[in-house]
Amino acid sequence: MSKSGVLLNSFRQFSSKNVTPKVCVVGAGPAGFYATQQILKVKPEAKVDILEKLPVPFGLVRFGVAPDHPEVKNVINTFDKIAKDDRVQFLGNVDVGKDVKIEELKNLYHAIVLTYGAEYDRTLNIPGENLNNVIAARNFVGWYNGIPCDKNLKIDLSGEDAVILGQGNVAIDIARILLSSVDRLKTTDITSHALEQLAESKVKRVWLIGRRGPLQAAFTIAELREMLKLPNCKTFWRPNDFTGIKDIVANLARPRKRLTELMLKSLDEAPHDKRNFDKEFHPIFLRGPTEFIGTSNIEKVKFSVNELEGEDLLKQTAKATDKFEDFPCNLAVRSIGYKSKLIDPNIPFDVKSGKIINSDGKVEKGLYAAGWVATGPMGIIISTMNNAFKVGQIVSIELDLSEDKGGYLDLKNLLNERGINVVDYHGWEKIDHEERKRGKSVGKPREKIVEISEMLKIALN
Amino acid sequence: MALRQKVMAFSRAMVPQTISKSALKAARSDQSALIFRRLLSTTNPQAQNKEVSVTFIRASGEKIEAKGKVGDSLLDVIVNNEIDLDGFGACEGTLTCSTCHLIFSKEDYDKLPEKPTDEELDMLDLAYDLTDTSRLGCQIILSEELNGLQVRVPATINDARS
Repeated sequence: MSKSGVLLNSFRQFSSKNVTPKVCVVGAGPAGFYATQQILKVKPEAKVDILEKLPVPFGLVRFGVAPDHPEVKNVINTFDKIAKDDRVQFLGNVDVGKDVKIEELKNLYHAIVLTYGAEYDRTLNIPGENLNNVIAARNFVGWYNGIPCDKNLKIDLSGEDAVILGQGNVAIDIARILLSSVDRLKTTDITSHALEQLAESKVKRVWLIGRRGPLQAAFTIAELREMLKLPNCKTFWRPNDFTGIKDIVANLARPRKRLTELMLKSLDEAPHDKRNFDKEFHPIFLRGPTEFIGTSNIEKVKFSVNELEGEDLLKQTAKATDKFEDFPCNLAVRSIGYKSKLIDPNIPFDVKSGKIINSDGKVEKGLYAAGWVATGPMGIIISTMNNAFKVGQIVSIELDLSEDKGGYLDLKNLLNERGINVVDYHGWEKIDHEERKRGKSVGKPREKIVEISEMLKIALN
Repeated sequence: MALRQKVMAFSRAMVPQTISKSALKAARSDQSALIFRRLLSTTNPQAQNKEVSVTFIRASGEKIEAKGKVGDSLLDVIVNNEIDLDGFGACEGTLTCSTCHLIFSKEDYDKLPEKPTDEELDMLDLAYDLTDTSRLGCQIILSEELNGLQVRVPATINDARS
């Protein structure tokens, strides 16, 4: 360091006005980028380093959003601008908790924002959950979207019936992918390994089964409308599931009202729908899974017949009766939500809910959480965006700049010493370029690289 | 959403001279590029150049005046004038988010020539602070009749701070 540099540094320790605020964001998904954007807006002099476990950024926008929804991925253009800002560094292939500890980051930064999402899936904890072809939604999505650890997922699509447990938008995405023609998917960025298997798929009927009723359905209306319009596929509802619903629909608040009206309209129109179809979509309500049955492969799922109880119609809970119904199937996908991983024992964590313990994003002095790791795996990008903006603002306001921090340079040195191959944003751009090039030759926007070693080879070359 | 509707929504936002760079990039690589080019060649250049003035009102009451051209969407006006609204227009006018939500007066809402499509209403259903006179900015195309329009930007984090 030059003499003036040393002088400047020692001066900084005495004057907080000259201390550059340094913030570390852990997880390069929507919450991470939106928090970064907000911090830079409130504190334009700040520097933000975004750490990511994988060599590639964008989290669930790359790995969660369905391949046939490319428009939703336009937010990447905003994230790209943020990442290219002079005040921002992307450090990919850095596994916080393993490669660098939270305590170490605390010494290097004025604040840490944990935005690493929810990568584990919830289990039902019922008998038979380990049978072959009982698959977690998280792995299924990772398989078609190119999450490196899901590339070799063993999935058998040779049967005609697939049961999906859960009725959120992830469940709908999976139903749509299973019921789409390969022609519809082959021009998307779906992984080639998934496309090959889906081309051979014999799945004809998808049963989307929820514990509660139509008024509690978790999918949103755009996703349902898309299913209803899916070419070559017809939707079947059970009239009994809608008993009494027509009478109260007018009193519902607009979003729930429109969603319910769309279901009722589809129910009424179904007998008159004369389109050709050879695939079937069956949303089923009021059935709670009690057992996966089969010898080695899944053969059927046993459900309790449920009733609803509770005053508030929209918040009613399911109560099992003594009746049961079996749904034969050759594939069962469990899509009942995600939970977060505890990446470092020093983070206050609620194991039951699978979230970091926080109050409006604040975990403790200098440590914050935003997005799904803080709120739980709920809502769409806009909810994560609003949450991350709010947390980003709190972080910026509460920064304690009484001492200078080492930030990026010191972290980079530390990681180098530990032999970690950090992928910077330019490295990601090289991967991006290669993926687009490979995609072009097969008529896809990109062919995702699913081997971490291959990503590193391209990025670090 | 049906492809036809997507293309319609997309091409409506794709009026010449006013598109953001990223939207233009998207249009070039998108299937709707053809339609885009067709629009480019048939839109009347005279009408396009007519300026229309719009006032955006934040929940805090702050007024932001901006100008757009006939054929611009309200989202274009915000992008082209670099109006600072966090997260606005996240999906870049492709009708897959609700971040360009704007609130109209009853009178202006009723005057708008095109009623919202089911797909626009579907997205609005997910918007924060939804009202009966809410629309998505990407779906409102400026005409001379809209000159002097005032629209409210729903309460956001921006306003919470001030």
